[in-house]
Amino acid sequence: MTERQKRRLILLTVLVFGIGSATALMLYAFQQNLLFFLTPTQVAAGQAPEARAFRLGGMVQDGSVERQEGIAVQFRVTDFAQEVLVEYDGILPDLFREGQGVVVRGQFRQNVFYADEVLAKHDENYMPLEVKDALEAAKTLTTE
Amino acid sequence: MWNWLHQLASPPCFNRFVAMLLPWLAAAWLTTFMIGLWWSLVKAPADYQQGEGYRIIFIHVPAAWLSLFIYVVMASVAAIGLVWKFKLAPVFTAASAPLGAAFTALTLVTGSVWGKPMWGTWWVWDARLTSELILLFLYLGYIALQNTISDVRSRNQAGAILLIVGVVNIPIIHYSVEWWNTLHQPASIMKFDSPSVHPQMLYPLLLMAISFKLFYGTALLLAMQCILWQRQRGGNEYA
Repeated sequence: MTERQKRRLILLTVLVFGIGSATALMLYAFQQNLLFFLTPTQVAAGQAPEARAFRLGGMVQDGSVERQEGIAVQFRVTDFAQEVLVEYDGILPDLFREGQGVVVRGQFRQNVFYADEVLAKHDENYMPLEVKDALEAAKTLTTE
Repeated sequence: MWNWLHQLASPPCFNRFVAMLLPWLAAAWLTTFMIGLWWSLVKAPADYQQGEGYRIIFIHVPAAWLSLFIYVVMASVAAIGLVWKFKLAPVFTAASAPLGAAFTALTLVTGSVWGKPMWGTWWVWDARLTSELILLFLYLGYIALQNTISDVRSRNQAGAILLIVGVVNIPIIHYSVEWWNTLHQPASIMKFDSPSVHPQMLYPLLLMAISFKLFYGTALLLAMQCILWQRQRGGNEYA
């Protein structure tokens, strides 16, 4: 390697490290703002903004979905530590069901979350229906 | 090795190299793509939750991997080109950029089409989607830069530096689903414990990923040849 090449290589390394650490610091500083949603635990801890819309994410609690008049629906969003009661009047996405992840946007007033948008959060599991059925069967066998 | 790489930059030598490699690459791509398409669209079983709609991952995931892969390769070649002054390096990056941009756009579009029925929205500004969009802007920015600067030397240098600086975005895209709460699901395959995709779906997905990489190789060689021909005909394109 010639002297010039060495100099360019050092310059490049410094550049990459500089930009890298600057970005890392910036992302660290904006950590809170980059969160797409808050969890029920964070809401329970009073981190939710008042009188301002935010997103709440978690699992739809099993057995908590109650249909009401028309298409209105009520359910609980849980992170298995805390839970939040959600009210929604609108069309639910395909993947919405009990035990599934959701992200709801709306306002939190008097311990009820009034949602104006419900998004289903897909998990990272992909399997054929038969495999799912077999898993369920195995689970009921072991619990019985 | 160094000498061979320098020699490769001369058009006759490069053309011989391409003529030798291209038929094999193209054949391998076509074979894997045909088998992969049939396997993923016909043979693979439907998902237990999403039904047939999940099949879009067989395009979406390979395209997303390739969009990151092309960028990393471009940036590495740009860095090597910047330090050792390879004549072929700017040709390589210039030929790769439109391909990378196309696959990034494909990733965003297929993801959006999948997101509407499954999530309930075409687009959200979560960290994964936003960082992938920034990748598209990086590609487009590089292409725009190549078209604005007329001086060959400074064009190559500016392009290479943009590519290298943009590399910070790559780990952000990959880890965005772990570092922050996102609507996008976490990684199914690129993780340390076993993949959470059933083998009957995983194998066609991996085959499609290989096929996409082979397509990139094929298209890249053709595009590089094009640029070298343009340069030979007197245009100062990417010289």
